[in-house]
Amino acid sequence: MKILVPFKSVADPNNAIVAGAAVSTPKSVINPFDEIAIEEALRIRERGQATESVGVTIGPPAVDEQIRAALAMGVDHAIRIDDSRALDPYAVARILGAVVKREAPYVVIMGKQAVDDDSNQVGQMLAGLLGWPQATFVSKVEFLDDKRRARCTRETDAGLEVVEVNLPAIITADLRLNEPRYVSLPGLIKARRKPIEVLTCDQLGVTVRPLTTVLSIARPPKRAAGTRVESVEELITKLKQEAKVL
Amino acid sequence: MAESLVLIEHDRQQVKRPSLHAITLARQLGGEYALLVLGHGLDGIAASLVSYGASAVVVADDPGLAEPLADRYATVIAEAAQERGATTLLGTSSTFSKDILPRAAALLDAPMVTDVVAIEKMNGSISYRRPINAGSMFATVKVEGDRRILTVRATAFEPPAANAAPCAIKRFDFDAASLPNGMQFISREERKSDRPELTEARVVVSGGRPLKDKETFERLVGGLADALGGAIGATRAAVDAGMAPNDYQIGQTGKIVAPELYIALGISGAIQHLAGIKDSRVIVAINKDPDAPIFQMATYALVGDLYRIVPQLIESIRRA
Repeated sequence: MKILVPFKSVADPNNAIVAGAAVSTPKSVINPFDEIAIEEALRIRERGQATESVGVTIGPPAVDEQIRAALAMGVDHAIRIDDSRALDPYAVARILGAVVKREAPYVVIMGKQAVDDDSNQVGQMLAGLLGWPQATFVSKVEFLDDKRRARCTRETDAGLEVVEVNLPAIITADLRLNEPRYVSLPGLIKARRKPIEVLTCDQLGVTVRPLTTVLSIARPPKRAAGTRVESVEELITKLKQEAKVL
Repeated sequence: MAESLVLIEHDRQQVKRPSLHAITLARQLGGEYALLVLGHGLDGIAASLVSYGASAVVVADDPGLAEPLADRYATVIAEAAQERGATTLLGTSSTFSKDILPRAAALLDAPMVTDVVAIEKMNGSISYRRPINAGSMFATVKVEGDRRILTVRATAFEPPAANAAPCAIKRFDFDAASLPNGMQFISREERKSDRPELTEARVVVSGGRPLKDKETFERLVGGLADALGGAIGATRAAVDAGMAPNDYQIGQTGKIVAPELYIALGISGAIQHLAGIKDSRVIVAINKDPDAPIFQMATYALVGDLYRIVPQLIESIRRA
């Protein structure tokens, strides 16, 4: 009973805010939503509802640092698909589809979106490719019927929704599924001894080519700095006479 | 004929208005477009869609589609796109279309672009602009292939006019018996509110961590929203602290709003929150920290104590 957790290495969003240079910040971290997915996988395994958690990511050797972080959290085993191209979500989903066929997990848990690209596509695409049920934007997971089904609470625009999915299924984690643990020192030491398996798309028997290409990246126009008002009266006057919204 | 197919969302009673904004992008793309609606008991909803200039309103109506389960919806949507030869399948960014359309994209073996805010046409090819990194950057992307799937930011496109001659309503026939059966709908939290829908409201009042607790949040943020006939939003910190429900969260991982008037109470302005409000026409920020980042993008900034200012503001508006 294996859980597969795909994760992405992204520029540290906290760093990016401080530096104000979101795409060029040097420090990378596990995508925060994927970190929540890893935490959930660990908890499921700790409850005895899985025998193994396998992490998988795609990238050059530099992402081994984030793989070590996942292993230090407690992931049992990790796979890196060696590919340094700028892949689009569909290419990523197709590679992960090949990994799922090889690993045969009973559930895949991953973040709902990567905070760099903000696409929110891969989990749903993977479910479509595999023909598996999906539960997206999940804030609670329970396994039922001897792990044949999962009951998931989803965060939707209109509020919470509960669905049940037959397993195997894809679950994508929302912000409030859990609070990821901090990495412990013994965890870090243990992580160094855990294996990282490196595979290529060739070895997985999958050929992908990104169909989406980023042509350019630009900063949005800045909003003009506004006016400081000194009192409630002045604010109301401005809203009425200048902005005409009251 | 190149055709766009626009997925329309509804709540079983009526069409969700932001989902109509995708029609505006379909018009910009050029060519014909049809509207697609899935569910059960859709006669009224279909009839409300005939005047948007579409070539047809395509209706997939079946008891098996009563709830928007992604495996079934994506299957029917992909079949409809294929049967109609649609080259672009699009919908408005919402948890509904973000759940279903990427799955349909995989079934159609086609790429997808999320959160389109603008298109550029050059030499017959189209590129799409979309926010990345919580809206701190915009990427311009192109896609290859015969078909593409798009979601659009409702706040970036005007609502379409409904003044065209009525089009035909066409029933889309599919094999209901062979629909996937791996997902079951169990329940949905029904929360009734007299306040307008957050993403459609003309005025949004939002609160952050300094609101302290649920009661204070309701009294100040709710009180000001009610005085203005507005909706309520919240920061992640306020939601995490239990002051407001999860679906009130505005920002990168929550809702994107662009009201006429956005009032931020005790919100410092994390980039993830600003990402969700920056297209608002007028932003008012009230915060006791004069260096709060939100003041850099606020139209009107008022430095001071919320607990003193907001009751005054409510009082002045009610009197006016």
